[in-house]
Amino acid sequence: MVEGGISISNIKKTFTNVQNETITALLNINLKIPTGSLTSLIGPSGCGKSTVLRLIAGLNHPDSGTLTLDGKQIEKPGSDRGFMFQQHTLFPWLTIRNNIAFSLKAQNIYKENASRVDEFIDLVGLKGFENYYPHQLSGGMCQRASLARAIVSHPKVLLLDEPFGALDAFTRMNMQDELLRIWKERNMTMIMVTHDVDEAIYVSDQIVVMSPRPGRIIKIVDVKLARPRARSSNDFLLYRSKILRLLNFGGTEIQPEFSI
Amino acid sequence: MADIKGSEVETTGKTAPGFAKSIKISTILPIVAAAGALIVNLGLPDSAEHPIAEHHYFAGALCVLLAFAGIAFITGIFSQKFRTVYQSKAPFYSGIILFLSLCDILTAKTALLPVLYFPSLDRVLGVLIEDFSFICKCLIYSLRLQFVGWLCGAFCGISTGVALGFIPQFKYWTYPLVRILGPIPSTAWFPLVLVSFPTVVSASTFLIALAVWFPTTVLTMNGINNIQNSYFEVAETMGASKTYVIFHVGIPAAMPHMFIGLFNGTCASFITLVTAEMIGAKCGIGWYINWQKEMMAYANVYAGLIVMSLICYCFITLLFYLRDKVLVWQKGVIKW
Repeated sequence: MVEGGISISNIKKTFTNVQNETITALLNINLKIPTGSLTSLIGPSGCGKSTVLRLIAGLNHPDSGTLTLDGKQIEKPGSDRGFMFQQHTLFPWLTIRNNIAFSLKAQNIYKENASRVDEFIDLVGLKGFENYYPHQLSGGMCQRASLARAIVSHPKVLLLDEPFGALDAFTRMNMQDELLRIWKERNMTMIMVTHDVDEAIYVSDQIVVMSPRPGRIIKIVDVKLARPRARSSNDFLLYRSKILRLLNFGGTEIQPEFSI
Repeated sequence: MADIKGSEVETTGKTAPGFAKSIKISTILPIVAAAGALIVNLGLPDSAEHPIAEHHYFAGALCVLLAFAGIAFITGIFSQKFRTVYQSKAPFYSGIILFLSLCDILTAKTALLPVLYFPSLDRVLGVLIEDFSFICKCLIYSLRLQFVGWLCGAFCGISTGVALGFIPQFKYWTYPLVRILGPIPSTAWFPLVLVSFPTVVSASTFLIALAVWFPTTVLTMNGINNIQNSYFEVAETMGASKTYVIFHVGIPAAMPHMFIGLFNGTCASFITLVTAEMIGAKCGIGWYINWQKEMMAYANVYAGLIVMSLICYCFITLLFYLRDKVLVWQKGVIKW
């Protein structure tokens, strides 16, 4: 059985900013992410969508509420949850190959899995660039390497924080297809934070629409379209206008919805 | 027919000046400079104020330089690769030869500079050649001191810096100590160190280590404090333990700063080395310079200085080489 179901209940998270004011980043967050699904978190800046991702990764801890992965409490970062940042964060002193091998080496399982590195270099289409340093590659290629690095140790969950935000429009669409291909091949749970409505509809099973001050979920939209999805089909555009409406008038017309 | 002939003439006409051009005047310059210096040295009479040189070492050295310049010029005609490298260096080499010639004129030929403090080049070269084995002995003594002290200092500096960067408790207790003790020039510790160490060698080694330790510590710590947080976070999400993160993220990311610290420390260590040898030692290049100064043997002092500068040059070059190997990934990221 494939694992990787996440359950988030009653999360509250506050931060103290530089001026010593308390900011409520998340309030009453309830979310169930089924095993093997692809979920997008969407919303304007400051709605806490990245914070949700960091909480799942274990990089931050909630003030109250619980987060579980396969029924187990999430306490600290672990290799069962891969994380991919908006900036590629590849280590500049390692070659692409050694960057991708990092997590295997860190867990001391590199020797028996060395062939996996080549497999993943191949998977993201970077064959021939193994021995380059990150700064020698384009932004898109670095992001591919970063993706390979995040999934090389077979995590149950892949967390993506605006992974394609820094890429140009064409590279981004390309990477979305790559992501879907890998998601199907590897069968893992993926949670992605994005600003891009089209991207969210194109890849996701469910879209979590969030609103800021305090960060909360206003609607969870299930996308019931068959893949591959046509970016300009009528159904696609319908979802698009629905989500845009949610985002634009979220403050006045739409009441917060806490049910799952 | 006429056309073909015309084009032939044209091509030969093009290659001839091209060939002359590619040799360029600069590769002849060292020959001219060396020959000129030799003519000045042999043609002008030595000043009567200088003691008569037993051997004409400087003339000999100029002959060797002239021979090298000639060989380089001829090699340049045949090898394009050598020529391109040599062309850019040739004016500099010529400048050095002319500077030596100027020294020759100011000392041996005209005695314009005080004879006691500015001996002729013949005598300086004479010391280097005749005193070679003794200078070597001093050199080995100094090098041993420098190497052992430097290695200890660098190792302790990097360790302290890493500990300061990663262990808050350690920083709480140690950082004030580093701030207070570090900026004191290590030579100022000499009176204290001399009585607390059993031998002068161990005392000097300690001071050299101290001189390297402080800048290395501070810059290593700085380097670690300047690492992007996301590097640590991404390492954690890949299942790296705390120790693994220190050795595989913290230290490599702080390397560029570490090397700056090591450079500063190395420069400080040379000062300490010479001072330590001048005060307490019974051997070593610093001691040799000081001893010969007291004997008013300035030719020997200059010989000592030349050897000293060679050590420092080699040491720094070695460090540069090491940096280029370790930080090869920075090529292209920063202005190299």
